[in-house]
Amino acid sequence: MGATVAVNSGHDTSKGFGKPFGISYGKMMMWFFILSDALTFSGFIVAYGFSRFKFIQEWPIADEVFNHFPFLHGVDAPMYYVALMTFILIFSSVTMVLAVDAGHHMKKNKVITYMFLTIIGGMIFVGSQAWEWKNFINGGYGAVKTKSGSLLQFTDADGKRVPMNTFVVKTATDRVQHTASTGLWSVKEGSLSPYAMKDVITSFAARPDLRVRTQELTEAGEKTVLSREASIEKLKLGVKTIEGANLVENEYGHPLFADFFFFITGFHGFHVFSGIVINIIIFINVILGTYEKRGQYEMVEKVGLYWHFVDLVWVFVFTFFYLV
Amino acid sequence: MGHEIKPFFFGLLKPKNNVNKIWLVFWLLSAVTIIEVILGIIKPESLTHNRFVGMKLLNWIFIILTIYKAYYITWAFMHMDGEKKWFRRAVVWTGVFLIMYLIFIVLVEGGYVYDIMKDSFITRDF
Repeated sequence: MGATVAVNSGHDTSKGFGKPFGISYGKMMMWFFILSDALTFSGFIVAYGFSRFKFIQEWPIADEVFNHFPFLHGVDAPMYYVALMTFILIFSSVTMVLAVDAGHHMKKNKVITYMFLTIIGGMIFVGSQAWEWKNFINGGYGAVKTKSGSLLQFTDADGKRVPMNTFVVKTATDRVQHTASTGLWSVKEGSLSPYAMKDVITSFAARPDLRVRTQELTEAGEKTVLSREASIEKLKLGVKTIEGANLVENEYGHPLFADFFFFITGFHGFHVFSGIVINIIIFINVILGTYEKRGQYEMVEKVGLYWHFVDLVWVFVFTFFYLV
Repeated sequence: MGHEIKPFFFGLLKPKNNVNKIWLVFWLLSAVTIIEVILGIIKPESLTHNRFVGMKLLNWIFIILTIYKAYYITWAFMHMDGEKKWFRRAVVWTGVFLIMYLIFIVLVEGGYVYDIMKDSFITRDF
């Protein structure tokens, strides 16, 4: 690295004793920051693992949660979209490392091009994550929640999921949401269930092909689909219906899944966002010729380290939220 | 880069220069991701129904491939291969050993809590 690591990093760290480990102060501190950030992320992901092990029965199946693809409405496309997002992020890592390499050869214009591509890649990724969140929040199939908080989902006789909005017939109701301005003053309630329980029960009875699926895992590790009679019996335990996900409840499985999903992908998304901002600052500096004057592009290398770290974290998030 | 560019992937990939190496690593990472996605979609029964140390074989494969990808990102993209040996160890070993300990202690606890709640005398499903 001797030929490429900048000698003058702007800090005289060791008063004539040379650089420890032959690495500049800035890069070394970036590495130690990355180490501490890696430990933070591991803490989160391990906490996710704890909750998953604790609620292994109620944990949702990732394929059923993330099965959307742009312009393919109603098509079951598990994981294709996250795979695409992974490619986008790996590709933006490649353009970043190409920018670093161009910096070593003092090719200003190449650095500009590659950094620009990196920033665009990062923006596409954050946008994709927003779209992913939107689908997750809106939900697709809906579920019935029992008094204990466990979920009942609906399938046909073959065990294929059936969305609630395809069979539940809504009947007229005069029940309205209690807001702070109506009824008892300053007392309010959360949004109402999308379907009333009595509508679900009558609609379910009218469709003999439907079954209820509980969260219990069978020996083979699949969710249990009840018989028709047991389904009707089980449905009586339902207290409300859920569509989509928020921090309190979700239609896919245990609420903690949604909490960790929002928190960990959100924290990662925030890293991508701050990476984009730092990249833009360095990008402007490159255009202004700051590093050309300084005689080295080490700053691009440092922001590059951070950017690759964001990619590295995503590789793990991808595995533990979508694959395993 | 000052250091020489070594062949990688069992010596099969021999980069001509740095840029070439970056692209080879990119294709390697993409290939691994594609394998992961294909396995995740078809979920071969032989891999999901057999376990090793309490975990499905498929999940072992995913985790090993993930660490494999992480290795290439760190070594090739972040140029960890060009740093001094003891600096590399200061960063990597610290992370790896602390994380391994954390995983062990927390996941064992998670499994224990599950067992306690499963075998307790109160029902959680009503």
